[in-house]
Amino acid sequence: MLCAKNLKLTFNPGTPIETRALCGLSLEIPTGQFVTVIGSNGAGKSTFLNAVSGDQWIDEGQILIDGEDVTRLPAWNRANRVARVFQDPMAGTCEDLTIEENMALAQERGLRRGLGHAVKAAMREGFRTSLATLGLGLENRLGDRIGLLSGGQRQAVSLLMATLQPSRILLLDEHTAALDPRTADFVLNLTARIVAEKKMTTMMVTHSMRQALDVGERTVMLHQGQVVLDVSGAERRGMNVPHLLAMFEKVRGEQLSDDALLLG
Amino acid sequence: MSLFSLFGALEIGFIFSLVALGVFISFRLLRFPDLTVDGSFPLGGAVCAILIANRWDPYSATLAATVAGALAGLMTGWLNVKLKIMDLLASILMMIALYSINLRVMGKPNVPLIAEPTLFTLLQPESIDDYIFRPLLLFFIVVVAKLLLDWFFSTQKGLAIRATGSNPRMARAQGVNTGNMIMLGMAISNALVASAGALFAQTQGGADISMGIGTIVIGLAAVIVGESILPSRRLVLTTLAVVLGAIVYRFFIALALNSDFIGLQAQDLNLVTAVLVVIALVIPLLKKRLRGQKGV
Repeated sequence: MLCAKNLKLTFNPGTPIETRALCGLSLEIPTGQFVTVIGSNGAGKSTFLNAVSGDQWIDEGQILIDGEDVTRLPAWNRANRVARVFQDPMAGTCEDLTIEENMALAQERGLRRGLGHAVKAAMREGFRTSLATLGLGLENRLGDRIGLLSGGQRQAVSLLMATLQPSRILLLDEHTAALDPRTADFVLNLTARIVAEKKMTTMMVTHSMRQALDVGERTVMLHQGQVVLDVSGAERRGMNVPHLLAMFEKVRGEQLSDDALLLG
Repeated sequence: MSLFSLFGALEIGFIFSLVALGVFISFRLLRFPDLTVDGSFPLGGAVCAILIANRWDPYSATLAATVAGALAGLMTGWLNVKLKIMDLLASILMMIALYSINLRVMGKPNVPLIAEPTLFTLLQPESIDDYIFRPLLLFFIVVVAKLLLDWFFSTQKGLAIRATGSNPRMARAQGVNTGNMIMLGMAISNALVASAGALFAQTQGGADISMGIGTIVIGLAAVIVGESILPSRRLVLTTLAVVLGAIVYRFFIALALNSDFIGLQAQDLNLVTAVLVVIALVIPLLKKRLRGQKGV
């Protein structure tokens, strides 16, 4: 379970470019729930995700994962609880390392790393099996540098890597945004399948309202560093993109410009 | 070139293979531009020479020199990781600090090792001449160092260091304490360089405060030459390339300085180095252009 309490964060405080990224954001995600997060540019989506992963420390507030206070833990020390897939396919993998070395790194996520061989034969078999489920033929390319793969392939491998070790929460940061529409669909379907299979507590940030309603079981909208909309269950099932837009306008009492939110 | 100067080139080539391996770890694996080596190379020489001059046995003296280098590297890493000083600047600060430290260690600008025992005199069998035995022993040391590094960088910890250099954000997301990995990598890198300094002092008859000048250039030159004669992404081959690079580099230097018809002298060493590095950097470009002309 993830519990964010009254998170506050201001970039460049006291200067002309002061930005209040998080303004008392609170959100609770029960174990096993798949939440999609939407919001316009600068709403605080990525900052919130970075705060949960530890890449960004917050000024005020508290972050609990399964009841444990992780607010002051650095990113590497949260890795046993938090798995993540980045927006940029280049960011989630090490391009200089081979596919199997990348996967071996993820296999040991959050564990103590010693002087044992990083890639063991038994491990390799497991990698091969899980890569085969992708249907991309990567199971025969374990020794290839991951930099040789396309963005979509790398994102699919990143997703697999995020599930090699159990985690308390999976963070997906617009992980299909940099891909072409067909590949994006493939990665999204893969996401839905893996999350359902492993029953992972998941928070997925997306720019697409369509995606936000299509996958997961709950949708949260952020605006100016706060949660402004939180729908789930029957209410969410009856919703479509225009509904979502209308609700957003009602909540904020202001008109949205077309470029502020991209319709998917 | 005489047989004698060939063995001499090999001897120094093997010593700088160790330097090149160290520079490879910092510049290539960690992507940390580290100039500490200009200080840790003479540090190794200074510690080793002063200890031997004070009746330590050469094994312990060489080991102590290596540990001293590791500490210097650790310190550079610490300045960068904990005090958030820019990597290049942290290493420059450490380099100039080491100049004073090296003078303090030796107590004077140089410590000669003429009659004192060294690793080489202790291990040398009666039947082999010293100018042949020194490169032989150094060859053995370099092979062991290369294999040890190959093994280490394929372990979980070694992989974590490589990931830290390649993509620190991803490494952190996988639970790697990237700060510690930078400090560990820098320690290993400078330990290698200092051990090379210790061996250099023992083969060249002593340590000198100015023996470190240009170490980084020679190390980088070796890495670049190696990468251009044996381009590979596989670590086992890259470490081999780096070792070969140092030897090829020293060989060409010896060739250039020993060929009377070119008319180069010892003071032209740095110029030859610069020209060699330029050639090594240009070769891949020329190769590409030649292939382009063939329409591939």
